[in-house]
Amino acid sequence: MSLILEDLHRVVGGETYIEGISLELEPGSFNVLLGRTLSGKTSLMRLMAGLDSPTQGRVIMHGRDVTGVSVRKRNVSMVYQQFINYPGLTVYDNIASPLKLAKVSCGEIDRRVREIAEMLHIDPFLDRLPLELSGGQQQRTAMGRALVKDADIVLFDEPLVNLDYKLREEFREELRAVFSERNCIAVYATTEPAEALALGGNTAVLHEGRLLQYGRTEEVYHRPRDILSAEMFSEPPINILRGIISGSEVTFDSRLHFPIKEDLRSLPPGEYRFGVRASHISLSPRAEDDIAVQMSVDLAEISGSETFLHVHNELFHLAVHLAGVHDFKVGAPVTLYFPTHKIYAFDRHGAVVHIPTHLGGL
Amino acid sequence: MNKVQNNRAWWLILPMLLLVAFSAIIPLMTVVNYSVQDVFDANTRFFTGTEWFKEMLNDPALQAAVLRQFAFSLTVLAIEVPLGIGIALIMPKRGWQASAVLILVTMPLLIPWNVVGSIWQIFTRGDIGLMGWSLRELGYGYNITASPVDAWATIILMDVWHWTPLIALLCYSGLRSIPDAYYQAARIDRASQWAVFRHIQLPKLTNVLVIGVLLRFMHSFMIYAEPFVLTGGGPGSSTTFLSQSLTTMAIGQQDLGPSAAFSLIYFLIILLVSWVFYTAIMNMQKDKKQEGA
Repeated sequence: MSLILEDLHRVVGGETYIEGISLELEPGSFNVLLGRTLSGKTSLMRLMAGLDSPTQGRVIMHGRDVTGVSVRKRNVSMVYQQFINYPGLTVYDNIASPLKLAKVSCGEIDRRVREIAEMLHIDPFLDRLPLELSGGQQQRTAMGRALVKDADIVLFDEPLVNLDYKLREEFREELRAVFSERNCIAVYATTEPAEALALGGNTAVLHEGRLLQYGRTEEVYHRPRDILSAEMFSEPPINILRGIISGSEVTFDSRLHFPIKEDLRSLPPGEYRFGVRASHISLSPRAEDDIAVQMSVDLAEISGSETFLHVHNELFHLAVHLAGVHDFKVGAPVTLYFPTHKIYAFDRHGAVVHIPTHLGGL
Repeated sequence: MNKVQNNRAWWLILPMLLLVAFSAIIPLMTVVNYSVQDVFDANTRFFTGTEWFKEMLNDPALQAAVLRQFAFSLTVLAIEVPLGIGIALIMPKRGWQASAVLILVTMPLLIPWNVVGSIWQIFTRGDIGLMGWSLRELGYGYNITASPVDAWATIILMDVWHWTPLIALLCYSGLRSIPDAYYQAARIDRASQWAVFRHIQLPKLTNVLVIGVLLRFMHSFMIYAEPFVLTGGGPGSSTTFLSQSLTTMAIGQQDLGPSAAFSLIYFLIILLVSWVFYTAIMNMQKDKKQEGA
């Protein structure tokens, strides 16, 4: 049961929502749609589900063209950002509702509802109404409704946005476990690069209605096709610095020089844009060829057990992602270390021309 | 922890107490005062106890008016609630059509009660009224001054015309607050139109409907100006509702004692019915929750 999107366009009232997206999703795959708000994630999902039909292009499911076929005649299910359940029905009846409409026998319904409820840890609440449950339990009920009917495609439209951090971690693990045993296509939309990495599977990076890159999640992360894709798939966004390769040196903004590394040596001399991930910059040298830069702190945010630092010097601004909690005063000087062997290079058009080989972790 | 007791805070509720005293308690007490006495003039009065109340409760004309009043209120509720929901469901959801329809639907609500009565009085006249004339031309001997059935039907029609928009507006706002995702989810589930109504729209409307029904009940139970202008309570006393009986008694005949007693009974009926209705609805919701727990 594969899903093929062929050159999909969707234009509503002169506004382009989706612009020429082609994608092939394999049965049993877990696919993340990554993009900022208004990047077209929800629009694309609606096209996949058949809630909307494309202005141009085809949707092919299991070898059959289903472009104009309404959602009622397809076998899909969807989980939303809001917790959508039938308010007057108990959790049990909510989960059973797709099966009842599909005229499944009572015994079978009962068996499947209880199985799903147990899997999602909502079996103690089967007789309650959704609104009496916590947000997490309500969303589990909505997921139960989506999972109970063995849909060909299960769509998740930012389902964890309204839940707290701990619950989200729990959910992600469970989701992966649930789908590893199923042969349907799971599609999961998120705005957060970290969530895409945590979910694994495949990732499609979307930007302004266009598909930037699709592939295995780590692959897309480590090997961005261009600057935009690298920026979309990093939080804080990858640092982009203008620089020139000449002779045996790399020069950033005509001031910061460092000897060229072996792997960059294959690039012809000229102007490039170099990308350095926020998490690759550190407070202490990690390798002997790291270069020290003096910066001053603009802003230090602590999130959980990580610190996000925004710094600048007279040449450029940088975003730095440090592990652990660090205390910085605004305006304080700080010495940071650039990993010269973990630098991406992009040409003038933004296409990647060099990907560092020793990337290590994320 | 040491709590500092400062009783001066009680002074803060004084303005409220005064306001309530002058707006509600003192006028009500005046009525109570009249209801237990027979007052002839400023200096001549006799204490009558519960006599007026007994008299009022046993008055066949008033008993008939009470029954008539209940029949009227229940009939208009039975028509206006489903009709209002229906209208809300078919009203356009967005665009200029939504604004246009909204204004059209709201129009009857903006018309003063006695003007509504006058409009319908003219509308139903056999000689110049569009409806009265048309019905007669069609061969139906329509006459609200002679036929109680015609009078009743017309008053009910008038009330439905005047107040269904209120229910429709309340429901419309209730429907608009349902996120689109619910409808999408229902489409994905392949739920029927009826199932969408029964399991999504109706439950989401419960709260506005409780308000709507309570308001409409109290309103319709106190109806006065419209039938007074339209039929004057006739033919006979067939459309004389409680407020009109009361007004005739208090203003027309200056029977202050009996009408004071009657006012209190009237007030208690409305209070009682509203309370019963409200408690019943709240219990229903509580039961639903307890069933689940």
